Amino acid sequence: MKALVAVKRVVDYNVKVRVKADKTGVELANVKMALNPFDEIAVEEAVRLKEKGIVTEIIVATVGPATAQEQLRTALALGADRAILVQTDEDAQPLAIAKILKGIVDAEKPDLIILGKQAIDGDNNQTGQMLAALGGFGQGTFASIVKIEGGKAQVTREIDGGLQTVELTLPAVVTTDLRLNEPRYASLPNIMKAKKKPLDTKTPGDFGVSALTSVKTLKVEPPAERKAGIVVKTVEELVEKLKNEAKVI
Amino acid sequence: MSILVYAEHDSVSLKGATLNTIAAAKAIGGDIHVLVAGQGVQGAADAAAKIEGVAKVLVADNAAYAHQLAENVSALVAELGKSYSHILAPATTNGKNFLPRVAALLDVNQISEITKVVSPDTFERPIYAGNAIATVQSTDAIKVLTVRPTGFDAAAATGGSAAVEAVAVAKDAGTSKFVGEELAKSDRPELAGAKIVVSGGRGMGNGDNFKILYSLADKLGAAVGASRAAVDAGFVPNDMQVGQTGKVVAPQLYVAVGISGAIQHLAGMKDSKVIVAINKDAEAPIFSVADYGIVGDLFDIVPQLEKLI
Repeated sequence: MKALVAVKRVVDYNVKVRVKADKTGVELANVKMALNPFDEIAVEEAVRLKEKGIVTEIIVATVGPATAQEQLRTALALGADRAILVQTDEDAQPLAIAKILKGIVDAEKPDLIILGKQAIDGDNNQTGQMLAALGGFGQGTFASIVKIEGGKAQVTREIDGGLQTVELTLPAVVTTDLRLNEPRYASLPNIMKAKKKPLDTKTPGDFGVSALTSVKTLKVEPPAERKAGIVVKTVEELVEKLKNEAKVI
Repeated sequence: MSILVYAEHDSVSLKGATLNTIAAAKAIGGDIHVLVAGQGVQGAADAAAKIEGVAKVLVADNAAYAHQLAENVSALVAELGKSYSHILAPATTNGKNFLPRVAALLDVNQISEITKVVSPDTFERPIYAGNAIATVQSTDAIKVLTVRPTGFDAAAATGGSAAVEAVAVAKDAGTSKFVGEELAKSDRPELAGAKIVVSGGRGMGNGDNFKILYSLADKLGAAVGASRAAVDAGFVPNDMQVGQTGKVVAPQLYVAVGISGAIQHLAGMKDSKVIVAINKDAEAPIFSVADYGIVGDLFDIVPQLEKLI
């Protein structure tokens, strides 16, 4: 079966982001960019399913600027077979991305679509669920275990208070949580090989999607700073402060 | 304006996050209707009718909604939601699971995890794991929002007497099936709604050592949480994780024990009213957000603390 993995280019998770002085967004100039960590887990899961002989071909797709080719090459180096870049300089929002991905699904007919549960920039946590709704597919979000058997996907999901397992008819959408797997590092030979793997470039218009946003960002500000408090010397002093100063116990 | 709020419940009673979501609906302003979907949910529906400020409770009692399967619940909410100006759900794993589907079915974007209502179409929400706060304005006809419970003080659970109406919409998409669930059982308060939270990090050393935290928590009536480092090390199960990718908490008192204070952990607890840090490393970043810090061996300090309170 074919698997489609959707990924996003985001600010590297080790970078401490800074809000721009004019409050229009966060500083992206000269900042290290990377594959969204949850998407890396999505790629890894597809590669493991291919190694088990369940998945036969992995297509990786992204909606983003020309530079997002770097992240597609990373995914190819990790084991994806070919890539699709839907190129736009606009910051497309989840509904538009889901519609574009639906267009790719219609063309490629994958049985399994794997995405990160959220991108660590916008923290929206929407695209997978929206794609599943548009396609009329079942969904297994926040997955920590994925099993494919007898034309079904059995997905164990991380929910408040524990774990839930659901069985989905294929094709289905899976979104990854942190514990699904630990992604591998790309080897140098695989990085070299990835440069020769096919990468198609399309536009949102190719999928009939023109409006990429419906939510306007009016301003972006740093969060309220917490000021550091005091260091106490003894447990007695701590208890006294909590009782009489903070009045929380 | 009319607002549809999706209730989070365990069939017999409402989850606390529902009250915070209703508070967000009140901040928007308009008629507030609460939808209780599930199977055998009369208890939860009765509780919803008593919430102050609720005009009507809609009850969709059907086997198709028994396990809150997103495919079925989203079809129901999208159909009922068409006649509302706003659709709100708590940003719990359940709300996050089904509500984006509702937005897609209504052909609108969702605004995730709002922490403040600026006006009926403008909201604040954290981005980049809370390292920035965005003010966003929706141009969509229907505003679909998940609400971060810690952003809003809970609405009063009593004082209302809303009409309760049955909804006869049964949607079974047939694409998913509930297989089972494993829920952690505990007599302690739920992490997300607890007034006091005691959390342990890698400094706890192993899972067995967490018993000193359970003991302290029981004396304080607190919930017990953990950092991602402690969860990844296998000390405790993942549903105890506090942080950007775990639970976001904002209790009156947060006691961080043996937690260094990685950015992703701070994102999950820095809105707590009072933060206490107990750590042997005086340079640990957790001290930069703590109101009260104490440097030393947690295995001496925690039992002493338990004795003195």
